[in-house]
Amino acid sequence: MSLSPVEGVALAEIESTGEGPEQKGLVGRSPGQLVWNRLRRDRTALVSGIVLVLLILAAVAAPLISRLYGTSPSQQFGDLLDATGMPLGYVGGVSGDHWFGLEPGLGRDIFIRMIYGIRTSLLIALGAAVVTTTIGVVLGIIAGYLGGVVDAVIGWFTDVALAMPFLVFALAVVPTFSLRFYGPRDAIPTWFAVTTLIVVFAAFGWTGTARLVRGQVVSLREREFVEAARASGAGLWHMLFRQLLPNIWAPILVAFSLAVPSYVTGEAALSFLGVGLPESVPSFGRMIYRSIDYLQTDPAYVFFPGITIFALVLAFNLFGDALRDALDPKSSR
Amino acid sequence: MVRFLLKRLLLAVSVLLAVSVVSFLMFFALPRDPVTGMCPKNCNAERLERVRTELGLNDPKPQQYVNYMKGIFVGRDLGSAQGGKCEAPCLGYSYVNSEAVSDTFARVLPVTLNIVLPAAVLWLAIGVGLGMISALRRGSLLDRVSIGITLTFASLQLYFVGAVLLLIFVYSLKILPTPRYTPIFDNPVEWARGLVLAWLTLALLFSAIYARLSRAQMLETLSEDFVRTARAKGVAKRKVYGRHALRAAITPIVTIAGLDVGAALGGTVITETTFGIQGLGRTAVEAVRQGDLPTIMATVLISALFVVVANIVVDLLYAFIDPRVRLG
Amino acid sequence: MTEPLLKVRGLTKHFPVRDGFRARGAVRAVDGLDFDVRPGETLGLVGESGCGKTTTGRMLVRLLDATSGSIEFDGRDITHARRAQLRPLRQDLQIIFQDPYASLNPRHTVGRIVAMPLQVNGINPPGGIKKRVQELLELVGLNPEHYNRYPHEFSGGQRQRIGIARALALRPKLIVADEPVSALDVSIQAQVINLLRDLQRDLDLAFVFIAHDLAVVRHFCHRVAVMYLGKIVEIGDRDDIYQRPQHPYTRALLSAIPDVTTLGPAGRIRLAGDVPTPLNPPSGCRFRTRCWKAQDRCATEEPPLITRDGGGQLTACHFPETGTISQDSGPVGATAEEVSK
Repeated sequence: MSLSPVEGVALAEIESTGEGPEQKGLVGRSPGQLVWNRLRRDRTALVSGIVLVLLILAAVAAPLISRLYGTSPSQQFGDLLDATGMPLGYVGGVSGDHWFGLEPGLGRDIFIRMIYGIRTSLLIALGAAVVTTTIGVVLGIIAGYLGGVVDAVIGWFTDVALAMPFLVFALAVVPTFSLRFYGPRDAIPTWFAVTTLIVVFAAFGWTGTARLVRGQVVSLREREFVEAARASGAGLWHMLFRQLLPNIWAPILVAFSLAVPSYVTGEAALSFLGVGLPESVPSFGRMIYRSIDYLQTDPAYVFFPGITIFALVLAFNLFGDALRDALDPKSSR
Repeated sequence: MVRFLLKRLLLAVSVLLAVSVVSFLMFFALPRDPVTGMCPKNCNAERLERVRTELGLNDPKPQQYVNYMKGIFVGRDLGSAQGGKCEAPCLGYSYVNSEAVSDTFARVLPVTLNIVLPAAVLWLAIGVGLGMISALRRGSLLDRVSIGITLTFASLQLYFVGAVLLLIFVYSLKILPTPRYTPIFDNPVEWARGLVLAWLTLALLFSAIYARLSRAQMLETLSEDFVRTARAKGVAKRKVYGRHALRAAITPIVTIAGLDVGAALGGTVITETTFGIQGLGRTAVEAVRQGDLPTIMATVLISALFVVVANIVVDLLYAFIDPRVRLG
Repeated sequence: MTEPLLKVRGLTKHFPVRDGFRARGAVRAVDGLDFDVRPGETLGLVGESGCGKTTTGRMLVRLLDATSGSIEFDGRDITHARRAQLRPLRQDLQIIFQDPYASLNPRHTVGRIVAMPLQVNGINPPGGIKKRVQELLELVGLNPEHYNRYPHEFSGGQRQRIGIARALALRPKLIVADEPVSALDVSIQAQVINLLRDLQRDLDLAFVFIAHDLAVVRHFCHRVAVMYLGKIVEIGDRDDIYQRPQHPYTRALLSAIPDVTTLGPAGRIRLAGDVPTPLNPPSGCRFRTRCWKAQDRCATEEPPLITRDGGGQLTACHFPETGTISQDSGPVGATAEEVSK
């Protein structure tokens, strides 16, 4: 997945730490507890973690917030716009009722649309991250453990997926995909658009995790505890998911936490290019895409969603980074 | 070495073939045909059918694929509806404006290259340089500031950065013109002034990523035994870092750079759209909006070609930088 | 004489060495081994590193597939048996590994590790798995209360006991012990060896005991096979091997055991040169390049592994030694590795 290379870099960094993950177990009583303690002591992790929890809470509680705030995301406040459709007042119509102002043209409330935007964004990003991580882990673990022809075949598929320029391909696939099931003028249901995006992300996003997991498994494969299980007659399933998987949780977790922001970015980018979600669904990418036209006349419209998505991605990246440091005792920071 | 290269080439060709098949299946094998979209209202069924036959859309799918590939390598005759004979490399004709897709590309590809290449030089120089320096001065103020800044920049969105730059330099300060492409030989100053925002946007993001990568890689290398040995032997610091460490650290960076060609292309799509520059990326976006299948297909294929070629080049560089690979 | 439990004939393992697509010869790690192990007996497999003893052990428990030859266990040929066919045999044939740090899954509790063979074979012992595991832990001298601890909370010796408990879980008849004590401190070695000996006595186990430590082997094994470059050069009862070694290589190995009575290098045989590569072993007798008795015949004719005196001691040498050496086995062992240094 070539959309947000932050993920790729971080994966490369995990790989370059080189030593097997299980050495961590030597350090203390419970590896999980140790990581938790390290995370709690890390100020960056703490702050980014809290920001993440708040954003996730906001996303989950969006309907509740909407009710308390007294505005729904599709409500239009035409009377607060001037004759040219620009919001009245300062900074794009910021007021006690409309904290982040109103959209020029349609007059919808930006704050509540952003709350719903976070919801959309996180739903897709988490969904895509779960799917891609699952695929990546399964393929990576199989390739790494079985090696030989299986490894070569999976490696080839990885090459193909990596050779497809993600954004260009997704740009082309998403609309054709919906055209397959819906007419050009049909309204595309939200669930379908969301599923399409997740499928497209999944088709490309598994390669990074697969490579990472494969590398880890190759280094574990020759360990004697793996041979011990084989000598006892353990089947493939047991070998892969009972013996090997518990030993590679740490890098998988880090990869997952860094995949989420890359899909947030990906969804926003596709929506920005006009092929992501239908217009009716609140989404960062859409908002910014629309706002570019008002860059000169109403810069606030660009800034609010721009800053929010930046905060979301940054919080995930910081947290993923901190998590990696916490999981890696040899970490260089 | 020769065998290694051959093997690599074979693999690359097979990957490209797979990409072409997948793209073809995705875009051409859909149940809904593009012809209906081409004449929305005043088309009768008979005329639609004629156009379909002329476009070859009634042929069996494998036949269509073979014809398409044949067009790329030896050229093909597309019939009168499509502008007749089409020379190799024939990518078909646009459904929208009947221009040969290869002509469109000859026009827009230089634009994209003029955006990506200078930007890549910028981000590699800034990113790798910053990463190396902060690794060598690990723990210093510079290092810590650079870690913070790079992670922040790496979390930015291209279109947001683009919008902000546009707002500052074009709309507020008015020191730059609205971004556009001027060929460098026509007017180098205008060339630079028209594209500098696009370069900056891409470079800001990507250099942050490369700085992080280079730093991690350099730290890793510096902790290796051969570097310590060289230092202990009394080899000058500058020489150790410059000759031994840098060389070892640069190898994985080269790999990532090769893989990032795809990301860079994706980046240009967004950058071109933000700034309204008509390059490969914007052409692709427009083709998608208009359902112009030949153009979309060609964009995917050409982008894939770039990625695959870049990876071969990386492998060659690798063999050049790291002698161990030659045994491959 | 009882029927052998394990019967190995012509066992061979070649690892192909590839160069791109073409095979470029093979590492002949193990080259035609013949030996038997009777029920309740311990066979020591001794040799320098790289002589193929570990590969042999891996083949016996089918972690590696033999290139040729046959392994017969309990009357059945298991050389090429598939996993499903092997299943009943797995219970009778287990392995203990060298490195107690790598052989236990660091993410599993001790209880899970020891229970693993039961679970993967779908065995539910009377009283439940947990009870059986605790019995096993007690059997190997560990506290059954430690059921829920992780391997990193144990010392090397304790970890090796966990590995032994795991091997015992299926009540095997034969255990391949691949250098089970060489990674442990000397003081711990004795404890583990004694544990193995007690288990052998109580459970009537047979062992294939792979080691390079001759003193440990003497302490523990009934019979000893000496390997050199993938071949057995001498095999026989412990006392025969240690007191009347016939092969020059065996003699050289034994002479390297520090002797309490004759301190100093007086009787020590120093072997010249390095072990040749198994990629291209010497013709005829493989030991001839380092043997002080080698003659032309050794280069042309491979000595068969035969008895010299009609007894059970087999030697592969054209010019076997005859003398007796007297030696006390000191508590501190010399290792085969030391010989070549």
